[in-house]
Amino acid sequence: MTRPRRQNRAAEVYVGTKLAPLTLEPISRTTLALFAGASADYNPVHIDIDVARQSGFDDVFAHGMLSMAYLGRLLTGWLPHARLCSWRVRFVTTTPVGAAPKCSAVVTDLDGSLATLDLAVQTQDGTTTLTGTATVELEGAP
Amino acid sequence: MLLDTVAALSLRIEPVTVDVDRSMLRNFAAAIGETREVYFDHESAHRGGHRDIVAAPTFLFSVELHAPRPLGYLEDLGIDLRGVLHGEQTFTHIDDVCAGDRIECRRHIASATEKSGMGFVVKHTDFIREGRLVATGRMLTIARPIAVA
Repeated sequence: MTRPRRQNRAAEVYVGTKLAPLTLEPISRTTLALFAGASADYNPVHIDIDVARQSGFDDVFAHGMLSMAYLGRLLTGWLPHARLCSWRVRFVTTTPVGAAPKCSAVVTDLDGSLATLDLAVQTQDGTTTLTGTATVELEGAP
Repeated sequence: MLLDTVAALSLRIEPVTVDVDRSMLRNFAAAIGETREVYFDHESAHRGGHRDIVAAPTFLFSVELHAPRPLGYLEDLGIDLRGVLHGEQTFTHIDDVCAGDRIECRRHIASATEKSGMGFVVKHTDFIREGRLVATGRMLTIARPIAVA
């Protein structure tokens, strides 16, 4: 392991600190139906196989925002909710039914009490479905 | 042409106002597998210093989806919704959104380009509560041409 360049002592966070990953149960069609309803994202490509096929896919696939929501759980489970300042994700490829997303994050920079993290979501076969970055405040609001 | 990039930049998107309520936030939290009380129980949220049940951060994306024709701006640009993919998503968070908040979404097209036969549209949203900006969002939509069956 490389020696940490910088450290935020209050939060015991180093450049290179990895959050404990969040691994989800495999995504079922029920997961997608419930998320469609609860998120008001009624795009049928996620819940109706006929529309998915018309759109050129073999099957329905998970909403990208479901994976981003799981990443949100990882971040808000690490620090209090209000410390998440900004984050950006890229949906690299679709997440199929049956995929079990694993959300991970690693600290890549520290600037005072601000930390920058690299974010990723991978499925159990190692496919990266989502990449991103986040900026969080290590100290402050509860 | 898949996308009129000039028309896209001048497209006016009507602002929408959404009342965020407790059941919306509980349903969303349950659907993403949340279990922490702050996302479900207003008394726990109060004890934690929050005004009410807190919206999970990506609920912002759903705020404007609760309005009619949420992707109407894409259809107004002549994009077939069957061919769209969500390419990127950004949020900045200034203050929490909680149950009971009335959130106004002010939206505009931040960029529109066409490349390799696909359209790329970035929509920016300002989320405003009682005249104050509480968050922003940016959504990149990728529009693919749909083959006519």
